[in-house]
Amino acid sequence: MSDETPKPDELFGKIDYRTPAKGWMDTPVNIRKGMYCYASNPKSVKNLGLPNARAWNPLEDDWKLPENWQQILHEGFKERLDKFRSIKIFMDICVRCGACADKCHFFIGTGDPKNMPVLRAELLRSIYRNDFTPTGKIFGRLAGARPMTLEVLKEWWYYLFQCSECRRCSVYCPYGIDTAEITIFGRELLNLIGLNIDWIATPVSNCYNTGNHLGIQPHAFKDMLNFFVEDIEEITGIHVEPQYNKKGADILFITPSGDVFADPGTYTCMGYMLLFHYLKEKYGLDVTWSTYASEGGNFGFFTSHETMKRLNAKMYNEARRLGVKWILGGECGHMWRVISQYMDTMNGPADFLETPVNPITGTRFENAASTKMVHIAEFTADLIRHGKLELDPGRNDNKIISFHDSCNPSRGMGMFDEPRYVIKNVANNFYDMPANTIREQTFCCGSGSGLNAGEDMELRMAGGLPRANAVKHVHETYGVNMLACVCAIDRAALPTSMEYWVPDVDVTGVHELVANALILPGEQDRTTDLRGEPLPGMEDADEG
Amino acid sequence: MKDKKWIVLGLVVFFGLLLFPLAWNMLVKAAPAPEVVLTKKAKAAKQCVMPKEYMTSEHMQLLDLWRHSVVRNAKREYVNPEGKKFDMSLSNTCLDCHSNKEQFCDRCHNYASVRPYCWDCHIDNPKGEE
Amino acid sequence: MNKYYMSSLLAVFALAAVAYFGSMGLPWLFGILLPYAAVVVFVLGFARKVMGWARSPVPFRITTTSGQQQSLPWIQQARIDNPSSTVGVIVRMALEVLTFRSLFRNTRMKLHDGGKFSYNLEIFLWVGALAFHYAFLTTLVRHTRFFFEPTPLCIQFLENADSFFRFEIIYDFIQFGLPGIYVSGLVLFAAAVYLFLRRLFVSNVRYISLASDYFPLFLIIGIAFTGILMRYFTKVDITAIKELTMGLITLKALTFQVPEGISALFYIHLFFVSVLLVYFPFSKLMHMGGVFLSPTRNMTGNTRQVRHTNPWNPPVKVHTYEAYEDEYREKMIEAGLPVEKMPEPKVEKPTEEEKKE
Repeated sequence: MSDETPKPDELFGKIDYRTPAKGWMDTPVNIRKGMYCYASNPKSVKNLGLPNARAWNPLEDDWKLPENWQQILHEGFKERLDKFRSIKIFMDICVRCGACADKCHFFIGTGDPKNMPVLRAELLRSIYRNDFTPTGKIFGRLAGARPMTLEVLKEWWYYLFQCSECRRCSVYCPYGIDTAEITIFGRELLNLIGLNIDWIATPVSNCYNTGNHLGIQPHAFKDMLNFFVEDIEEITGIHVEPQYNKKGADILFITPSGDVFADPGTYTCMGYMLLFHYLKEKYGLDVTWSTYASEGGNFGFFTSHETMKRLNAKMYNEARRLGVKWILGGECGHMWRVISQYMDTMNGPADFLETPVNPITGTRFENAASTKMVHIAEFTADLIRHGKLELDPGRNDNKIISFHDSCNPSRGMGMFDEPRYVIKNVANNFYDMPANTIREQTFCCGSGSGLNAGEDMELRMAGGLPRANAVKHVHETYGVNMLACVCAIDRAALPTSMEYWVPDVDVTGVHELVANALILPGEQDRTTDLRGEPLPGMEDADEG
Repeated sequence: MKDKKWIVLGLVVFFGLLLFPLAWNMLVKAAPAPEVVLTKKAKAAKQCVMPKEYMTSEHMQLLDLWRHSVVRNAKREYVNPEGKKFDMSLSNTCLDCHSNKEQFCDRCHNYASVRPYCWDCHIDNPKGEE
Repeated sequence: MNKYYMSSLLAVFALAAVAYFGSMGLPWLFGILLPYAAVVVFVLGFARKVMGWARSPVPFRITTTSGQQQSLPWIQQARIDNPSSTVGVIVRMALEVLTFRSLFRNTRMKLHDGGKFSYNLEIFLWVGALAFHYAFLTTLVRHTRFFFEPTPLCIQFLENADSFFRFEIIYDFIQFGLPGIYVSGLVLFAAAVYLFLRRLFVSNVRYISLASDYFPLFLIIGIAFTGILMRYFTKVDITAIKELTMGLITLKALTFQVPEGISALFYIHLFFVSVLLVYFPFSKLMHMGGVFLSPTRNMTGNTRQVRHTNPWNPPVKVHTYEAYEDEYREKMIEAGLPVEKMPEPKVEKPTEEEKKE
């Protein structure tokens, strides 16, 4: 965390919910350090063949836009109105009732009125009215219309990258207006004139080339998993052998590359490896990883529908090439929004795959009958339900756990009970956070939709406040010290947010907990968990 | 688009409901506006207790005040702006002239779909006249 | 922000003045022509807007899944909040349209001393909105007594129900309660006033409010207010009014004389309604049609089970596996990763360095 980020007390003290005296149309945007992400690297933009690749700096007056940028935006707007009924309707029918206003974590954490979902949308609606509606053309500002200017454009850019597309506001909207949809659309427009952020553009470019956001090349990918193989052997005495790009395997496993790269995601990754090893030894399950489709996440989703499709195509392509029966997906947030609501439509039909059947339990995953991709929490819950895993939940006894519902699996899929079922079976201490902060009402970690960069730390911590505040509540009430989640961005973002707001709480993936509890055939007496921390009752055991 | 037909259907239903009164009146001939019949006695009196315009729109209010005055304050005498005195009584004053409730009161009340509760207590033709 | 509601308020007063003076000289314009024109504009405008929405496809199924998905058989699915069947969607939409279910969830964020947030149920907006809409609907339906002769029994039932509470106020200076009180009219007025005061006094809501939020509210308050005035205070000749409305609905109005004795207040009322009808299709009031078409609510959530097709789904440029392997083949072989194509055995071509030697 950079030194410039305010201390928690300062940040908290800065929150001011009083609305400014001046109207929002008269308040120009103030692009503030710590609240925005750096502009995209031209190399990445160029590699993807996206428009207007050039170096630019949001703090400078000149954004080096194409000369006819207004026309490009206007035409882009028009084109998308004809392509997306959602946008057309969401532009027309908002009554500004204000139900969404205090639902946004960025609004709660900053008090900035333009972070109220309704105003974020109004930034675009005002232009829509001006350009496309008769009332806007006649009555102008009285009808809430204003012309597109450079000021407005900067406002768009600033606030569309202060929305994490979490859809919380959409749950409360009486018309189901989804700000995520509006942000996705707005960012797509911005991309037409080359306004993106590097934290998104470069991962996308990497992913396009190497198959994953981090740009890990095939041999390095194997190397990295090999490190985990060594760690696992040290902790459990078991030598696991992950398979790569294996033709004819039963199942292709795809997870976000973040899990391969950084703690605590790496422990979750080790969790997957242990689980697959266990299933292979006991039941002969044949799972392969892929170095080509080595990314579950999809930052293309934060760029444009087209880019999303380009990155997502690898999943089905690889499944077809390897001839697997179906695909298993790891713990990730927006990855599952894409898989659940976009993949089949964009890159399907996946008729070359089979309706997923768990060969061990015989369960047919009817809910994935068309997409042919199963979430690992569903898969593991099914195994546990059928008693196919030998577990010692006591090994997680030193962890008092709460579960953070990630935005996308919650409001873009509806996966709430599967991970809870898994956690409750692999650990003994579980406490949910207050009802209005979990499940479909869950808060974003504060760093979703490609905003988990380093330079916008103040924004991230502010956005993470509502979640952290609820965690703090269970921490103080039940002594919760471990926050479980099923999202790689959560595992990257929440540790920082917890360290900032609730320093005694750690973050874990669900399958790290599974692997801790999983009793492997022939394992040595474990003294530590996957992190190398002593197991309960082993605190005094000799090292080594 | 396969959902277009549902949208059109929705619109048709909506407009159907909205314009139903129009269609109904095309099919069924509506009864004409009522004409109230004045009895000979009423005609002879020339004017009611108040001018006609006032009576058409505000008679219910007048009756309400009369009732209040009689029942609560035991005052039965009404003096109109011209100084003419009347007994505040539906049965004895109003129905004295307008003894034809069906052709007088009811016609407008039915037309405007108003159901006054006068007749919950009062009989409509106390003198049994025609 | 003042200017937004002041301008709307002035606009509504101006409209009232227009109708007041206009109707004196041109009763046929305000009594006949404008109402006809307003209905035509409303119908065409409404249809045009909805068909405009219908013209754009729904490329993706972006259901907001507000409950547990259909998953393993032993996990209880939220059949309404995350429907996987058409029945579920219909129930969800019915609850949304008839009971404003999403709004019912509304919470209010509060920051307490000691730095804790709470999000408690905030029910007033829901109550206000529900009261407003149902009162409006009831008022609208019972106005059909002006368009049928005889008045249908069902409308009479509704009137009786609506005037169930009988109360009268009599003082020397005020008389109120005859004809019988319609609760719907009073609720409509009160709810609209509440919605306005909310916009005025809740700072967030004031900040987001535009003139186009205040104007329809004032207009509806005006409609309710003139209606209440006519019924309970400055009485109008209801028979003459029904003569006019029956003339309108039987399409005879174009050839007949506007009945005498209709007060200016009625023309203001009617003009407000006409303006509302004209304004409707071009404004946020179209949420009436839009709520049915919102893609996050009117589709099933079982997106992995049933494929949704996108009518425009252009092919995109992808980095194929072949290109990927071409790029990394040697490194892959070196790392022991399987490849599709083994590299051709090196042609015995001297390299640059060998050439030099």
